[in-house]
Amino acid sequence: MTTYSRTEDAMLRKTFENEIQQVKDDVLLLGSMVEQAILSTVDALKKRDIKASQEILNADKLINKKRFDIEHKLMILIATQQPMAHDLRLLASCMEIISELERMGDYAKGIANINIRMGDAPLLKPLIDIPRMAQKGVDMLHRALTAFVNEDVETAQRIPVEDDEVDALYNQIYRELMTFVISDPTTMERANWLLWVGHNLERVADRVTNICERTVFIATGEMTEIKSTDDEFWKQQKNGS
Amino acid sequence: MAIISRSDRRPQARRSTVPGTAQEAKGDLVMAQSLPNHEKAKHVLETKGLGIYYGDFRAVTNVNIPIRRHKITAIIGPSGCGKSTLLRAFNRMNELFTGTSIEGEVLFDGENLYDSVVDPVEVRYRIGMVFQKPNPFPKSIYENIAWGARIHGYRGKMDDLVEACLRQAALWDEVKDKLKQSGLALSGGQQQRLCIARTLAVQPEVILMDEPASALDPIATLKIEELMQELKKNYTIVIVTHNMQQAARVSDFTAMMMLTDREAHSGTVIEYDDTKVIFTNPKDKRTEDYVTGRFG
Repeated sequence: MTTYSRTEDAMLRKTFENEIQQVKDDVLLLGSMVEQAILSTVDALKKRDIKASQEILNADKLINKKRFDIEHKLMILIATQQPMAHDLRLLASCMEIISELERMGDYAKGIANINIRMGDAPLLKPLIDIPRMAQKGVDMLHRALTAFVNEDVETAQRIPVEDDEVDALYNQIYRELMTFVISDPTTMERANWLLWVGHNLERVADRVTNICERTVFIATGEMTEIKSTDDEFWKQQKNGS
Repeated sequence: MAIISRSDRRPQARRSTVPGTAQEAKGDLVMAQSLPNHEKAKHVLETKGLGIYYGDFRAVTNVNIPIRRHKITAIIGPSGCGKSTLLRAFNRMNELFTGTSIEGEVLFDGENLYDSVVDPVEVRYRIGMVFQKPNPFPKSIYENIAWGARIHGYRGKMDDLVEACLRQAALWDEVKDKLKQSGLALSGGQQQRLCIARTLAVQPEVILMDEPASALDPIATLKIEELMQELKKNYTIVIVTHNMQQAARVSDFTAMMMLTDREAHSGTVIEYDDTKVIFTNPKDKRTEDYVTGRFG
């Protein structure tokens, strides 16, 4: 009769483990492409650099392609390796995470399109809070992806709370732009463009929360929604309290 | 009342119905099968502190698991951890090897199977078994089913019984025109379904399956797995399998076995749960390592 232990058989699925590591690396690479796209697109808007925004549109095509490549790899791994338990949660979650990242890339592309459509029109105001939102969102994304590869539940649960800061910046931008529109209705279109930029960046932070939820699921098997305090705020608004 | 005691045996009077039919409900069945469903316990089988010995060697230690009625329970684990030994304890098949003994209890409908008044032969047709290698009798397809029923005192219409059993085993359409042909002339998958049909002929409550598809090709394997899903409506199934995907596909509950005592090489159930939990989020690290293929 034979006895077994993990130590003796640590190399039992070496090929599979290498492939899982490759997928994680690919997710990180996709993540850094998205981070770069978000920072660059806001920078291009700030500088009103149309050419740079056009490059963002091309970069988005690469992001989409990378997402499909990873998805294809994941499908092959699931079909050929029949992952179970932790492996299954990881691969299924990667499928979700790359979809979130690809959508974040679309937000960057959306901002690039706004810059292109603005043409020669000057910015309604110098951009201060919008780059802050982008920086905050990218920072959250970066740490969320680090928590994902390390399966760091504690960090993953803490990051979504920071979404409140992004929401606060967005509300501030909203109020400021409304003041412009009220005092001079001809600024409506230019205010609207910036509002859309703010909205896209606000959605980036929301999607970071989804990635954090997946990380918790991979590590613990528990599929729960991580609530930010902002959720409570809107709940209270709805209840009129 | 000992439900399967020798004193209860009335083989000549018992079997006059076709299993899985309305006729069965009205049949003259003396055992727990005749109890109304609401009086039957949720667990058809249950082990309590079960240990199994081959002579002095304790192969299985302290197993406490319930087997849910009309569900499929899979027993998984690395080679040599006592899966088949545990399975055979459910119908006292281990006793066919000399020097085998047990400690603890195996309850069948609440009664200890190992009670001194219980007849092991009676146990084995109430709790039937299908083996790894298809082993039809070297007789006609018809006789493979009729023979066991006849010696167990079935007195109904034999043609009906043979047809009902072959239909339940999803084999009827393939063999209805060659019932007189030898069972050995069938393909491996068909032979295995014939063995399942043969088990059904004596109206078991539980069917134990020891690697029932490991000698079959993938299509025949899927047919057996589909058949199990049909059979669980009327029977309870316990399956031992090395194929984890199979356990994940077919079973409702899974018991994970592992050698725990390295000195004694004795196996036990380390985790028992809903199959969905075992294969997506097992609690025990050793189960996790086994189902993800990092171990064993």
